[in-house]
Amino acid sequence: MTASIQTTAAPALAGKRILIGKPGLDGHDIGAKIIALTLRNAGAEIIYTGLRRSPQQIAQVAVDEGVDAVGLSILSGSHKELVAEVMAQLRALGGEDIRIFVGGTIPAEDQPHLKALGATAIFTADMPLERVVAILAEKLK
Amino acid sequence: MSDPRTHLPPEVRPVTRSGVEVPTSVDASAVDPSRIGKPGEYPFTRGIFADGYNGRLWTIRQYSGFGTAEESNARYKFLLSKGQTGLSVALDLPTQCGLDPTHAMARPEIGKVGVSLSNLSEAEILFEGLDLSRISTSFTINGTAAIIYAMYLAVADKQNVPRAKLTGTIQNDILKEYVARGTWIFPVRPSMRLIADSILYSNDVSPRFNPISIAGAHVRDAGATAAEEMAYTLANGLAYVDELRSRGGDVEKFAKRLSFFFYVHMDFFEEIAKFRAGRRLWATLMKERYGVQDPKAQHFRFGVVCGGSSLVAPQPYNNVARVAVETMAAVLGGAQSIFTCAFDEAFQIPTEFSAELAVRTQQIIAYESGIARTVDPLGGSYFLEQHTDRMEERIRQVMDEMDAYGGVIKAIEDGWIQLRLAERGLERKLDTDAGANVIIGQNHFRKDGEEIRVGEVFTLDPTVAQRALEKYQRMLDTRNNVAVEVALARLSKAAANDRENVMPYLVDCCHAYATVGEMVTSLKKQWGEFKEPVNL
Repeated sequence: MTASIQTTAAPALAGKRILIGKPGLDGHDIGAKIIALTLRNAGAEIIYTGLRRSPQQIAQVAVDEGVDAVGLSILSGSHKELVAEVMAQLRALGGEDIRIFVGGTIPAEDQPHLKALGATAIFTADMPLERVVAILAEKLK
Repeated sequence: MSDPRTHLPPEVRPVTRSGVEVPTSVDASAVDPSRIGKPGEYPFTRGIFADGYNGRLWTIRQYSGFGTAEESNARYKFLLSKGQTGLSVALDLPTQCGLDPTHAMARPEIGKVGVSLSNLSEAEILFEGLDLSRISTSFTINGTAAIIYAMYLAVADKQNVPRAKLTGTIQNDILKEYVARGTWIFPVRPSMRLIADSILYSNDVSPRFNPISIAGAHVRDAGATAAEEMAYTLANGLAYVDELRSRGGDVEKFAKRLSFFFYVHMDFFEEIAKFRAGRRLWATLMKERYGVQDPKAQHFRFGVVCGGSSLVAPQPYNNVARVAVETMAAVLGGAQSIFTCAFDEAFQIPTEFSAELAVRTQQIIAYESGIARTVDPLGGSYFLEQHTDRMEERIRQVMDEMDAYGGVIKAIEDGWIQLRLAERGLERKLDTDAGANVIIGQNHFRKDGEEIRVGEVFTLDPTVAQRALEKYQRMLDTRNNVAVEVALARLSKAAANDRENVMPYLVDCCHAYATVGEMVTSLKKQWGEFKEPVNL
């Protein structure tokens, strides 16, 4: 089964491989799926992990699949711990070049912390999808 | 083109998101008076009680819980002191997913989105000083609902409160977890058995307790339309009725204790029409499909949450106005219990200030506005009655589409509903981005570069996880491990036999201080785990 909605015509992310991951126990996956469909419509090849993946599992898939970027969707308030852990696992597996972006319920005051950990960009629910695609296209150039 | 940030879109859509046409003017010819009926009478379009809220106001029930049992107990006492009339327990994700705090996946999530409740000793602290024979308690719990219900019975036993006096609700609706909320544990079919076991057991030992709250709320918040929210919920409700009947349940008895739960979003009349249509449709289905005669077993009793994804982080104080409008829709739709989200709930655990304001919003509507005095005061409105009829048609259409696919259980196992919902979520997001779905302060009337100001920031005590782990270890050190092993072995044996009811064994496990993780592990050995279909 595949979704039928097409969003953007311009393949701004053509040739990019992106992993969308749900680390931890949070089960709210609609944002992750919306982003996955949007990036795929923008030309990226998308791998979606499904729910309840450990940081180790996500990092392993990212390295094995040779992705350009990993998007982490977290709405449980555990973003600081989970982003740090995914970054650590990626480094341990030799995936330090893989870009990390984060989406979900991320309070404004936590964003500098995530950036300091190495997150490339942070997307919140109010950000238009076009802008998400534009930012990614820019960062993954 | 006008600037969408400072101007409203030029045209207001003549159809709702559910696809119901909204005319500029409606007259009497649109309404069939014979369909309207009377409050308190079948098919209950105008409400399940003849006197509306005059007999009893809705329950003011704020979803709350965070950190350890000590902090949550203090927040419950605070909310009760402000006039809340029922408890609603939010549990943390490890408890919801059946993992003890020591599990590697649990560690970062302890106490974050709810209270950590890994065993009976925590429940004893959570309800310390709260009289369970007088206060009703609702638990938003699904994958481990039967276990948390067993724990509630055990804590009542400890307080010497007769189980028959207990009132409250466990959500216990696993079908929608597979679609939207994601705290599933076991495969669909054993989960259905566990739910049937808990409902049948509860009907006997705690007959005033609602052992299920069939919930559309989460599907709605993820992007479903109001009509889809109601349709999925009623279809899931019918699946539970079929399961209960196949396990020997008497529909005239168990149907009296089925309850429902929905979101209220911002399309005011569509929300009211949704509740009136759903109430009528459920009563009709119960009577026509199952021959239910007792009106109480035809009743569609529901709680609501006002807020959720209709609230946004930009200009957060606007959310207070939204929640007030939504609460009025809930009252005019005839809700039995209302949870009003705090204005900061879109991005953090509410502070005491915002939590109190949310309670006050309900009290203002209940006691100042006067809208609760007359039962179904909008009944007979040409527009609302027409909208109710049209919503009912849309709801039936969606239910028929699911039937045509092969029923809800197949649609969930295949991931068909999940994919459909993802598409709806994307549609709604694109509508919001384009400004057609108006959100004041987010996609209209927002200045460029305007900062999101959250007001007071809630900070969770950073020692929560450590304290939870220490308490957990102390409990392990002091309990009788032989008794735990015996209770878990008996639970496993009962789970292996489809004709047994596992509930008494779960209660025994709780009394022995077996942990949620241990009970789930025992059940998983017999039943396996759900394999999520990942279709995109």
